[in-house]
Amino acid sequence: MITVLFFAQLREQLQCDKLQLDDYPQTVAELRAMLGKKSPLWSELLVSDTALAAVNQTISHDQVSLNSGDEVAFFPPVTGG
Amino acid sequence: MTKFTVRIQEADFSLEHEYQAVLAGKAEAGAVVSFVGLVRDFNDGRNVTGLKLEHYPGMTEKALNDIVQQASERWQLQAATVIHRVGQLSLAEQIVLVIVTSAHRGDAFDACEFIMDFLKTQAPFWKKETTDNGEFWVVAKSADQDKAKTW
Repeated sequence: MITVLFFAQLREQLQCDKLQLDDYPQTVAELRAMLGKKSPLWSELLVSDTALAAVNQTISHDQVSLNSGDEVAFFPPVTGG
Repeated sequence: MTKFTVRIQEADFSLEHEYQAVLAGKAEAGAVVSFVGLVRDFNDGRNVTGLKLEHYPGMTEKALNDIVQQASERWQLQAATVIHRVGQLSLAEQIVLVIVTSAHRGDAFDACEFIMDFLKTQAPFWKKETTDNGEFWVVAKSADQDKAKTW
């Protein structure tokens, strides 16, 4: 199982802060594609758009592989400071 | 060995208190550089009345520690403190504090700016502005990305 978290406007637009997936694909890119099948909005925000991904709390590119117990997060470009 | 302090908190902070804390028991610092970021009163032409700051608990602390670690590898630092507030903030309130101490001012100036530039592009915080016309998520600026790439 993996946990998927969503933050900021992405969380608001998707109306979802957390998913737990027993079945998950091998990479971040495939996870984006899998979640994108939920609806055109999910596809737009996770596949077409530039949501950043973090795997186990480190910003990660799309080819990073996923393993059981991983925490994956999707979020918009950061605006702190 | 650099002494790191990284804190995420809702409460305000005191520059004076943190300045004393970072220097406590150390005589080798020849320079202290500090930066404080505040809530501004307007942005992109809208009247801002306050901010809500969201973050990613756990990753935020990790990201800030990584940034301070990178700074300590590039410059000779004795101590570095980063405090970032989250939650609801009003106009003119303090948002972020960075304090860096070093033997010499050059390292302290550079490391402080480096930490802020990377905090703004790497640390998972998001600002939502409260304005007269509603609430709006702040959009990341490409200028901040460009600035971080100059290091």
